[in-house]
Amino acid sequence: MLYQQIAQNKRKTIYVLIGFYVLVGLMGAALGYFCYGRATIGIAIAIGVGLFYMIMTLTQSTSIVMSMNNAHPVTEEQAPVLYHVVQDMAMVGKVPMPKVYIIDDPSPNAFATGPDPQHAAVAATTGLLERLNREELEGVIGHEISHIRNYDIRLQSTALALSSAISYLANLGVNSFFWGRVNRDDDDNQSAIIAMIFSILTLILGPLAATLAQMALSRNREYLADAGSVELTRNPQGLIDALRAISDSEPMRNANTSSASLYIADPFKKGSWTHLFDTHPPIEKRIERLEHM
Amino acid sequence: MIGLIVLVIVIALVITYIVMYNGLQRAKVNTDEAWSQIDVQLQRRNDLIPNLVETTKGYAKHERETLDEVVGLRNKIMQLPADAHQEKMEISNQLTDALKSIFALSENYPDLKASQEFSQLQEELTNTENKIAYSRQLFNSSAALYNQKLVTFPSNMVAHIHHMTKVNYLETPSAAKEAPKVSF
Repeated sequence: MLYQQIAQNKRKTIYVLIGFYVLVGLMGAALGYFCYGRATIGIAIAIGVGLFYMIMTLTQSTSIVMSMNNAHPVTEEQAPVLYHVVQDMAMVGKVPMPKVYIIDDPSPNAFATGPDPQHAAVAATTGLLERLNREELEGVIGHEISHIRNYDIRLQSTALALSSAISYLANLGVNSFFWGRVNRDDDDNQSAIIAMIFSILTLILGPLAATLAQMALSRNREYLADAGSVELTRNPQGLIDALRAISDSEPMRNANTSSASLYIADPFKKGSWTHLFDTHPPIEKRIERLEHM
Repeated sequence: MIGLIVLVIVIALVITYIVMYNGLQRAKVNTDEAWSQIDVQLQRRNDLIPNLVETTKGYAKHERETLDEVVGLRNKIMQLPADAHQEKMEISNQLTDALKSIFALSENYPDLKASQEFSQLQEELTNTENKIAYSRQLFNSSAALYNQKLVTFPSNMVAHIHHMTKVNYLETPSAAKEAPKVSF
């Protein structure tokens, strides 16, 4: 059951990533056609922008994400329980010991980030350490170590980079439109008009699609990391109790919006009428799946 | 032509043999490494116990028996030969229970419980106990991979030639089966 779920999630991830790249290409083509009358120029720009964002994200990552979320590094002496639990989970998950960070916030939450398992970092809020017992903490940290082990941290960074690239391309298109840099000289026959409308639609809907895909990606990863956590701790009850405690608490005071999907549970606790824009699956559903393990 | 085919088959067989042999050796090394992880933690606990006994003695003078039991078990584990895995773990499980009762009795001695040194030792020992449990889990999963290679074709033939034998799993203590972790 566990391994099937992991395999299924890995397949889905590949589809989503392919979709992302296609979308970046489409955005580029639309931009090129819209501004210069040629799709190829736009595709070249899009690939360039996409690569730039990806390299930036994969090289700078950890320290920037940590400072965006006001996390500071701690030593074994400063936070012995957290440090030891991270050590245990890293050992049994066979990943190198990640750096450990703490966020001063009474709301219990945690996340992992980094370009690869060798340079990963785990952050927990002070609220998490105060409210959870050791078994619950192991469940949460096991979840974060699974994100590291499954390369979710790299995937998240990549998805974040690509959706930033897409919104940059969309901005470029919108700016060109308003500044009248639209430079076209072909006849206004019917197919050209249709292509024009299509380009505009792509530029408008592209960022929306990217956001949706990023959310869906993140939701699947959460289920997978929950399963991975149980594989490490052999104790679904610890994570179930931890998720209950987290859902019974107030939202975080100053979490960073763009890294919301990194956290183990939505730091803002906004309940939307449609689940389309949720970064996390509903906690009841996660608990239900854990109970069936 | 036939000579060439025979040569290709022989080379393929030799390569397969080498790959199988290396795979088996690697799996065995992983199990040995997992055991040495356990051993490091057992050693660490043995080093912590005298401190715990000294600290507890000062506050809880009437608990000689429990303390003596812990010291006895510790000495027993230290006298065992290095390769007596099962025996070591059996005594280690008893030691885990004995330590649990020390932490339980600390409830009756508020001064002891409040002491900075005691709570530090408690965290250290809890950490070591959890690491023993998790490295045992690691050992058993490494052993399972190795044992699987021993019985599946074709690596079982290579294993047979080199007289490789099954690695025994480490039993989880019966009390810990329900709640796999120790939180004192």
